[in-house]
Amino acid sequence: MTGPGKRRVRGNQPLPVAGDVAFPDLDARLPDFTPDPGTAPLPRMLLAQAAIELRLALRHGEQILLTLIIPVLLTLLLVLGSLVATDGSSRADYFLPGILALAVVSSAFTGLAIATGFERKYGVLKRLGATAMPRSVLLGGKTLAVLGIEALQLAVLSVLGLALGWQPRGTVVGAAVIVLLGTAAFAGLGLLLAGTLRAEATLAAANLVWFLLLLGGGLLLPLSRLSDSAAAVLQFLPSAALADGLRAVFQDGSALPAQPAFILLAWSVLAFAAAVRWFRWE
Amino acid sequence: MRRPIAPRRRPLLELTTVEPPAVEVAGLTKRYGDIPALDGVSFEVPVGAVVALLGPNGAGKTSAVEICEGFRRPDAGAVRVLGLDPRRDAGNLRPRVGVMLQGGGAYPGARCGEMLRLVASFARRPHDPAKLLEALGLGSVAGTPVKRLSGGQRQRLSLAMAIVGRPELVFLDEPTAGLDPAARHATWEVVQGLRRDGATVVLTTHFMDEAERLADAVVVLDHGRVVAQGSPSELTKAGVAGQVTFRAPAGLDVVTLAGALPDGASVSEPRPGHYLVESPVDPALLAALTGWCARQDVLAEDLRVQRRSLEDVFLELTGRELRP
Repeated sequence: MTGPGKRRVRGNQPLPVAGDVAFPDLDARLPDFTPDPGTAPLPRMLLAQAAIELRLALRHGEQILLTLIIPVLLTLLLVLGSLVATDGSSRADYFLPGILALAVVSSAFTGLAIATGFERKYGVLKRLGATAMPRSVLLGGKTLAVLGIEALQLAVLSVLGLALGWQPRGTVVGAAVIVLLGTAAFAGLGLLLAGTLRAEATLAAANLVWFLLLLGGGLLLPLSRLSDSAAAVLQFLPSAALADGLRAVFQDGSALPAQPAFILLAWSVLAFAAAVRWFRWE
Repeated sequence: MRRPIAPRRRPLLELTTVEPPAVEVAGLTKRYGDIPALDGVSFEVPVGAVVALLGPNGAGKTSAVEICEGFRRPDAGAVRVLGLDPRRDAGNLRPRVGVMLQGGGAYPGARCGEMLRLVASFARRPHDPAKLLEALGLGSVAGTPVKRLSGGQRQRLSLAMAIVGRPELVFLDEPTAGLDPAARHATWEVVQGLRRDGATVVLTTHFMDEAERLADAVVVLDHGRVVAQGSPSELTKAGVAGQVTFRAPAGLDVVTLAGALPDGASVSEPRPGHYLVESPVDPALLAALTGWCARQDVLAEDLRVQRRSLEDVFLELTGRELRP
């Protein structure tokens, strides 16, 4: 492939030959660097990006705590314990939809925002922006990774719920549409946060918002447990729409709850428009 | 889809091809608030050359490189990279241009080999990541998370990420900052290998020896301005002459000695028995000097040749030391 004959002399200047530094077998040890650039097919880039995002998320202990361990513990606590009274339906039926919604918020919003915020801080986004991978593929990879984690979360929590006596109604399609819309809305908000605040501020804000939505955003407790005036406002929160939508499907057997779906769609559009407008890559 | 690439060997007659430069920068100006980072910077990088942007911290090296990479927009001036606009044609340029950023930009939680395989997967015909890591001395840490690599290992990973896609043009921003001597030499080898195989390299450095050893041409920057440019030998030859010093019995006839040396040489005896010859230093000068001493039956002891280094050039141009 290479040999001594390949060593070139450029212009009047021979290759620098070091006095104190020898390059004894430059040709043998180094690969052939002859330029041959080109872009990989988009699907290959997308899969590679999604795979690393997924692996990094699964490797990250705090992310697993947030996305899997806390929802599982909450399920056990709420369904087996008697801490919070229900409206008379089975405890599993009452709490499971909200916990699934919480799981979506954990991965699509908090997890994504924190990871992206630190990638921005450490220059990863800038570095990947200098590769042949288009930014749309980067976002697509992140989306696929979030969906992969959600699939894992929903599978674990559903099996746990079924074991605890959960009897979901409705259709998988209806639930999937609500989950996808909720994912889009919260991913847009998470990216908006990560692209505008410092990484440390993103970390604090994403956790704080997660906690507030958990308690007062209609995730664990339906808004009907709050005062009417509060519920009238809070029902437009994406967390309330996501949880209400899942409750409508799983508790009431609704095919596709219109109002929650519309609220989530509106949040998705607004959040992504804002993220596109204000996201800063470095 | 395979792009035509730069010819790997120069034709015997240079007249037959007039290649446009790989990088062409004219009148670049960039301010951050009140601070001018670049103030009318112009230079060209011929295809297949290694060009070093040399200057102290804050000279504008990174600003210039990041404008060429498309990360920043100049306030004024023109940039062409491989004949294209680095921002407007970014999508076409990115596969053809390899970039090594200061700070690396690898996922801290990713393993070293995993990170390089990721970047390799964006290229159509990448180098084998494992072999590249091996060549850069990173084979033993391929399974180590990036956050646990040493600074020098991260730098080399960053270099590997810049070249794994077989780019035509490579920008290396301070590729050897913080490296130990062995890692520095490994990096130098890669730059020489890239040059050997016809890639174009633009690197920034504040190490004189690095620029002198690696670069076909050096662009010396200071306070956002180009203070000198040319090949290392042109830069070190121009202006003030070199020096030869030696010891001999006091009271030699410096006037006749100067007369015996090539034109323009001056000889003085700053202290009794210590002589200083100021002249462009070449073999003829030394031959004339030692020949004169032999004819006078004088033994010149402790004879030292001091050629001007790029470091001296920088000091003369800016009145400041280069190293931070």
